Amino acid sequence: MGIVSRGFRGRRREQDDRLPPGQYLVDDFPVLSAGPTPRVPLDRWEFAIDTEAEVTHRWSWPELMALAQTTPTVDLHCVTKWSKLDTSWQGVSLDTLFEDVETAAEYALVYSYGGYTTNLPLEDLLDGKAWIVHRYDGEELEPRHGGPARLLVPHLYLWKSAKWVRGIRLLDEDWPGFWETAGYHNYGDPWREQRYQGD
Amino acid sequence: MTTEHLDGNALAGPLAEIFSVDVTAATGRCASCGLSGPVASLRVYGPAPGFVARCPGCDEVVLRLVRGPDAAWLDLRGAVSLRVALPE
Ligand SMILES: [Zn+2]
Repeated sequence: MGIVSRGFRGRRREQDDRLPPGQYLVDDFPVLSAGPTPRVPLDRWEFAIDTEAEVTHRWSWPELMALAQTTPTVDLHCVTKWSKLDTSWQGVSLDTLFEDVETAAEYALVYSYGGYTTNLPLEDLLDGKAWIVHRYDGEELEPRHGGPARLLVPHLYLWKSAKWVRGIRLLDEDWPGFWETAGYHNYGDPWREQRYQGD
Repeated sequence: MTTEHLDGNALAGPLAEIFSVDVTAATGRCASCGLSGPVASLRVYGPAPGFVARCPGCDEVVLRLVRGPDAAWLDLRGAVSLRVALPE
């Protein structure tokens, strides 16, 4: 019994270390929506990177599937205060998608089917920090969680991980997105509790 | 020297009057498709991360309202106008 409770406490302490300030743990996967769920047929789906020089790189669904696939396991932190640990995904690293993209831009505006947008510094999308994911927990990503494909950028609050992702526009100037123009923090670091403008 | 515009404080009285009424009864006009109707007829998603009210005609965003612990943000850029009926 002592071993069990010590093990349990150890697990709790590990979880607490992984929980940013003000967050609580959930086991389910809450769905928050700002609009109707887009339904994007795979034969019409595409992902694009538009550079500041107006060069567009495009990938169809089969082209995305043909790229090197990775299986990140990450913790998610939603600005509405829930966190979910050890979520497992499959997708393509943005480093792979940016391999042939020439850019000197500092900012990225991510845009989605359905009209959602979110902004972040380009460096937050590179160096193994972000993916375009299309499978969650071994299954195809459901539309309510952003399928066919969503951005995954887990070191920022989850509103930055745009569901139904359609493309990334590279910009010389920062261009605040959907929630960033309505009171939410421009950067959204959960460890610094950057929830709202001014935090 | 005269200035052509007033300090924003001049809006305090008029806006207090408008925001003390039930805004859901006001008539809004969608900036995207031009549809007019009561705010109460909008399709609202939320409450978290914020309220997003969309036009029933075209699904575009008409109004957004985010409530933080010590402030609220109201975005009406998707509305051409709000008509608020007031007593004569
Ligand atoms: Zn409309």
